Amino acid sequence: MQTITEYLSAEHRHCDDLFADAEAAAAADDLDAAQAGFAAFHQGMEHHLSREENVMFPAFEHAMGSSMGPTSVMRMEHEQMRELFAEMQAALDAKDTSTYAGLAETLLVLMQQHNFKEEQMLYQMADRTLGDREEIIRQMEALP
Amino acid sequence: MSMAGLSLKQAPPISVPFRFILSAPLFLLLAALALLAAGPDALESRWSQPLLGITHLITLGYMSMVMSGAMLQLLPVLAGAQVPQPSLVAWIIHLPLFAGTLLLGGGLYFFAAALVTLAIPLLACAFAVFFAIAIYCLARAPARNASTHAMLLALAALSLTVGLGLSLAAGVAGLLYLPMLPLVALHVGWGLLGWTTLLVIGVAYQVVPMFQLTPPYPATVTRWLGGTLFVLLLAWSCHLLLPEPAAGILAIAASCGLAACIAAFAVITLYLQQKRRRKVPDITMQFWRTGLFSLLAAAMLWFAGQASAALADSTFYALALGMLFIIGFVLSVIHGMLYKITSFLIWFHLQGKLPPGKAPHMKNIIPDQAARWHWRIHLASLPLCIASAMWPMPWVYVAGCALLLGGILLLANLYRAWNIYLRAAALA
Repeated sequence: MQTITEYLSAEHRHCDDLFADAEAAAAADDLDAAQAGFAAFHQGMEHHLSREENVMFPAFEHAMGSSMGPTSVMRMEHEQMRELFAEMQAALDAKDTSTYAGLAETLLVLMQQHNFKEEQMLYQMADRTLGDREEIIRQMEALP
Repeated sequence: MSMAGLSLKQAPPISVPFRFILSAPLFLLLAALALLAAGPDALESRWSQPLLGITHLITLGYMSMVMSGAMLQLLPVLAGAQVPQPSLVAWIIHLPLFAGTLLLGGGLYFFAAALVTLAIPLLACAFAVFFAIAIYCLARAPARNASTHAMLLALAALSLTVGLGLSLAAGVAGLLYLPMLPLVALHVGWGLLGWTTLLVIGVAYQVVPMFQLTPPYPATVTRWLGGTLFVLLLAWSCHLLLPEPAAGILAIAASCGLAACIAAFAVITLYLQQKRRRKVPDITMQFWRTGLFSLLAAAMLWFAGQASAALADSTFYALALGMLFIIGFVLSVIHGMLYKITSFLIWFHLQGKLPPGKAPHMKNIIPDQAARWHWRIHLASLPLCIASAMWPMPWVYVAGCALLLGGILLLANLYRAWNIYLRAAALA
């Protein structure tokens, strides 16, 4: 049976690939490919973040009886990422690939240390705490 | 795994890591100036007083300074462990480490026993506090992984290194009568192959895949490499207690194993970097590759020394081995990591203070071009150092200038970044 850790970690790896494609296109000054690549990455990330925020985090918070624990920090980091997404989109719209490169670098570090904490700690705690993992994964799958 | 340890908050106050980050390059400058001042005398032998002083300015002042500062910052992220009272802890580690390193470096350089005596309690205090805090955090860490295991082994090696180092300092200061040669061998072995290499390995398991988007290290490697290295170091240390010929056989077998482990780490990491998904040029990765190739070169030189007694007995061999390992491997890796950590931390702290979208991104804090110039000079300094090990006159002056210039560029890049933080934070 698939664990929450496996399921959500695989999404991280998928988004990493999309990130690298968009970054490479922007570095090559290929604006069309960078726009398309960033759109795919952004969509993949939003999809992943909403699965966590709408299904996994609430289930975990419910099980813990608190929304002030680790998930509140994770939600805050999601917002920090979303600010960078907006800046990256604006940089691409302004055809400013060098600003995009600096923002992408910043996002990568933020995103990777965030993913690390989720994969090494939060997901594993969720796997241990949440009774019906299959149901959680099914609900995440069902999100549009 | 306890909930209490898992608040997942990051960052201690920015002043905690930055006092270490901003003081470390000063010691590189000082080391380069000391090398220029001593000239060819410094490289007469690996035992020359000036060289012992210079080496400790680098290993304590730069390497341990950055490594301990970075660990205080990274423990919360990598292990989910909070450092209690981070500002206070930073004070009582940083200040004695700073002062103790100056005194020890100066004491060895000028052969002044009084300075060495003064350094002993300061360094003992700094490392005891650091060691206690790091063990406390790792013991409470909710995350248990290959990195935290390697860090624990690194800390065990650090405690041995420091214990041996303090004893040696007491010997130099005339407070104790000790068999210096075997203790120096142990001190160097546990310091460089234990504390330093194990910490780099533990950090590499996480940061190489994270920031370069490489495949993860193979599970066999993360499971066995750190422990094997540690056991081999123990075995190698035990040879000092055995009679010949058993001692000789154990020493050579354990050393070959150590060199092979280290070469394997370098080759595997270079291979993973070759397979990275992130293809854009990255200055941190260039520093890492410089470090890993230097590590391989050091391992090759060591094997060559085993094959040729004439080489192994030469002054060149000992000097070049130390230079490849310390300047080529360790400094490269630390420089590369420092650029990423510094610019990210500044962005991170500023984005919390400024309105959305106003914090400068990482490449505006430390521009690639500025870091790349430092990398070029650092790279050029490596063959110059090796040349100075072979022909101290005149190459020691050329190498010293290159090291000085590298130190100045590093210092300038880090202080400019800090200045950006101060100005932006003042506006907030």
